[in-house]
Order: sequence, then structure tokens, then C-alpha cells
Amino acid sequence: MHSFAYHRPKTIAEATSKRAADPDASYLAGGMTLIPTLKQRLANPTQVLDLSAITELKGVSVANGIVSVGAMTCHADVALSADVRKALPALADLAGAIGDPQVRNRGTIGGSLANSDPSADYPAAVVGLGATIHTNTRQISGDDFFKGLFETALEPGELIVKVTLPIAKRAAYMKFANPASGYAVVGVMVADTAQGVRVAVTGAGACAFRQADMEAALAKSFTVAAIKEIVISADDLNADMHATAEYRAHLVGVMARRAVAAMA
Amino acid sequence: MIKISLSVNGTERSGDVEPRTLLVDFLRTQLGLTGTHVGCDTSQCGACTIHLNGKPVKSCTMLAVQADGQNVKTIEGVAVGDEMHPMQAAFKECHGLQCGFCTPGMVMSALGIIERHKGDHLNEAMVRHELEGNLCRCTGYQGIVNAILMGAKNMGVKVI
Ligand SMILES: Cc1cc2nc3c(=O)[nH]c(=O)nc-3n(C[C@H](O)[C@H](O)[C@H](O)COP(=O)(O)OP(=O)(O)OC[C@H]3O[C@@H](n4cnc5c(N)ncnc54)[C@H](O)[C@@H]3O)c2cc1C
Ligand code: FES
Ligand code: FES
Repeated sequence: MHSFAYHRPKTIAEATSKRAADPDASYLAGGMTLIPTLKQRLANPTQVLDLSAITELKGVSVANGIVSVGAMTCHADVALSADVRKALPALADLAGAIGDPQVRNRGTIGGSLANSDPSADYPAAVVGLGATIHTNTRQISGDDFFKGLFETALEPGELIVKVTLPIAKRAAYMKFANPASGYAVVGVMVADTAQGVRVAVTGAGACAFRQADMEAALAKSFTVAAIKEIVISADDLNADMHATAEYRAHLVGVMARRAVAAMA
Repeated sequence: MIKISLSVNGTERSGDVEPRTLLVDFLRTQLGLTGTHVGCDTSQCGACTIHLNGKPVKSCTMLAVQADGQNVKTIEGVAVGDEMHPMQAAFKECHGLQCGFCTPGMVMSALGIIERHKGDHLNEAMVRHELEGNLCRCTGYQGIVNAILMGAKNMGVKVI
């Protein structure tokens, strides 16, 4: 690891102003991505701004049809929250299937979204449930947040404060997990929401995206049969040592059908 | 250098660390607690698992400064004097180890499983699922899973 300075700001304002003064500073949340990256010397920040002491970034609340998750809330706290389990079981299931127990005790929703790993799970929840990302300066719709491979709508230094997720009438998340890491080879969130049916895919493309054909078919008939004949194109899908683009395209259909079946 | 103070196995410890010092390196080289192992460079093997404020985490994927003011428990803090903890005894009884490299992390993860399910129940599938963060290159896991189920039973968790 290269050397760097370390600070633990106590407020959002302190964190963002320190970051604004130094473009080479890096926020540190759960460290489950940043620290391995530092260990491999793939990142070289001048200073690390540990967000763990900013209490207003932590915690889950459910009110008025909205689940609100602070950026620094770890995956285990979402997975094991009785309130989330009751309001949005698909979100609790998704968080409980990220990585492993040790990773879930450190990794956070804010870090996961800011990182926008193509095979991360939370992006499927944000896009699939029509969530809103609240930052220190503005609100960003989940549909507009992910811009590409490890690319988001966040401006340099912009800090995710919390994520609000509307409670769906029903929703389910299914993933084909990489057996070694747990990351999604393909994951699909299907949600029946107040704004209509939403189908979000992670793992398959450069970043999470919606599958319009399935959404239209499920809006007409919320059944497995309705999406059975839909063929997903492998164009522009990811291909790596874990799966070809064609296999990922196939898995999108399988995971979507399993999600719908789980709600029947 | 930054001065940190933390509770390790119930004792207040302190030391000067560079911001980039990993918690596992602080524990092993500065405190001499070499029971916590390093088995990989990718945060996947779990040999470095310790408890931070009662919860299992990978000490190779944390900076020592992040543990400042916190409560850390390592494998050295599990036995009571010369008497093995029931989970350690179960690993011995069930041949839950061969080379022993993964064992400290396995025991710390096992204790995390017990903590999450005390007052509840456990079965083999749950143990296997919750052991996803720990790799063993020797045993094939069967002995480890058996040990955790026996340890759980001996610690009063219902095993079905
Ligand atoms: C072994 C292993 C298995 C994993 N398996 C999975 C899996 O199955 N599914 C999955 O989805 N993920 C998986 N992960 C990733 C993990 O879930 C973390 O969520 C993810 O690494 C990032 O979150 P973090 O809190 O650790 O962020 P960090 O690593 O601390 O930060 C990541 C990036 O986000 C930035 N950042 C952090 N917080 C904020 C904020 N509030 N505002 C703006 N920027 C911010 C940081 O500056 C950094 O650039 C795995 C990780 C490991 C090590
Ligand atoms: S040494 Fe920490 S996970 Fe492998
Ligand atoms: S006993 Fe050798 S790695 Fe597990």
C-alpha cells in the first residue's frame, strides 16, 4: 500500500469540505472495495476520509411507504432489520445475499452504489424499486444514477447521504451468484410498484439497467408465462472468465422468471 | 504515525501506527497476537476473521486506525485460561482441522453464527451458507460443519 493521511470527519460538511480542498482524497466507507484496491496499489489517495463517525449517515427507517437507508448502513443491518423485512422483504433478501457475513458486517449501501461495480447487488434494488439517491447537494433518481462501468452520476466529491426506496406492492430479487465471491453473474429484481412493473438487471451489462420488454409483458399479465418467450440479446452484455455474454443473456430470462415465480 | 487505543481481548492496548497499517498487521506484529492469520490478498479467505464490537470482520480489510476506540476479540481471547471454549473443543473432537491454518478464522466465524442464532435454531444448510466467508484448503468442510453443529449444541443452540 502507498502511504496516505487519515481523517475521521464528524460531520457531512467537514467531510465534503476536506474532499473539496483535496481532489486526491478518498472517502472510506466499509472499505470492502477501497482497501483491497489500496492493497493492490490500484488507488493512490493523498488522504482517506473515514465516514464512520458521521452518525447521520447511519441507520434504517420505514415511514410513509418509504424505506430510508443511510449511506453508512452496513449490509447486515439492512438484512437483519425487522422493519425492512416487513416492508420490503426483497431488499432484506438482497442485502443478506451480498458476499459473506464478514463482508456484510462492514460493506455499506453508499459504498456499493458509489462504486457501481457491474456485478453488485444493490444497483438492482435502486433501479428495480425506483429509489432515489440523496447526496449532500441534490437528489438523483435511481434511473439516472448508473452511467456505465464503475461510473455514476456523482460529481467529484459528491457524498451519498441516504437512499430512499418506495415500498413495492410486491418484489423479488433472484441472483445467479458467483460461487467464490457471491457477486451477481446475473441478478434480476422484479417489482410491482405504484408506478408500474419494473424489471432491473445487474451483473449482465456495464451497469444496472431496466428490461422494457419484460416490464411491458408483466404489466399486462404478471405471470411467468408472460415473459417466457422474451429473448434477451447478448449484444453489449459482459463476457469474462465467469460467463459469456450469451450465457448472461440466458440467465437474465431465468432469473426474471424465478423472481416472478417467487411472487406467485 | 497515529496513536490508537483499543480493547483487545478485554485488555486496553495502544500503539503507534501508520494510517496504512492493516488491523491484522497491528495485531500480529505490534501486539504479537499471531493466532489471526493472513491467507489471501483478496479479502476472500477469512483466515484473518476477528470480532469487532462483537461481530466477525476480516481484519485484513480494515485499517488499524479504524479500530481506534473499538472492541476487538481475537482467537487468543476465546479460551478461558487453559480450558478450551466449547467451539474449540468441538473442532478438536470432530476433526474440524488438518493443517490448522484456516481454523482461527473458522472458530471466530462459527462464534458469529452462534451469536446470530442463539435463542433460535441451526441446521447444516444454514452453517454452510454462513461459512461463505471462510475458505479451507484441507478438510473438505464436512468436519468443520460437524464441529460447528456440535459446538452449537454444546452452547445451547437448537440443532435440527
Ligand atoms: C469478498 C467480497 C465479496 C463481495 N461480494 C459482494 C456481492 O456478492 N455483492 C455485492 O454487491 N457486493 C459484494 N462485495 C462488495 C461489498 O458489498 C461492498 O459493498 C462494496 O465493496 C463497497 O462498499 P464499502 O462500504 O465497502 O465501500 P468502500 O470500499 O469504503 O468504498 C467504495 C468506493 O465508494 C466511495 N464511497 C463510499 N461511501 C461513499 C459515499 N457515502 N458517498 C460517495 N462515495 C462513497 C469510496 O470513496 C470508494 O471509492 C464484496 C466484497 C468482498 C470483499
Ligand atoms: S486474509 Fe483476510 S480474507 Fe484472506
Ligand atoms: S485445515 Fe488447512 S486450510 Fe483448513
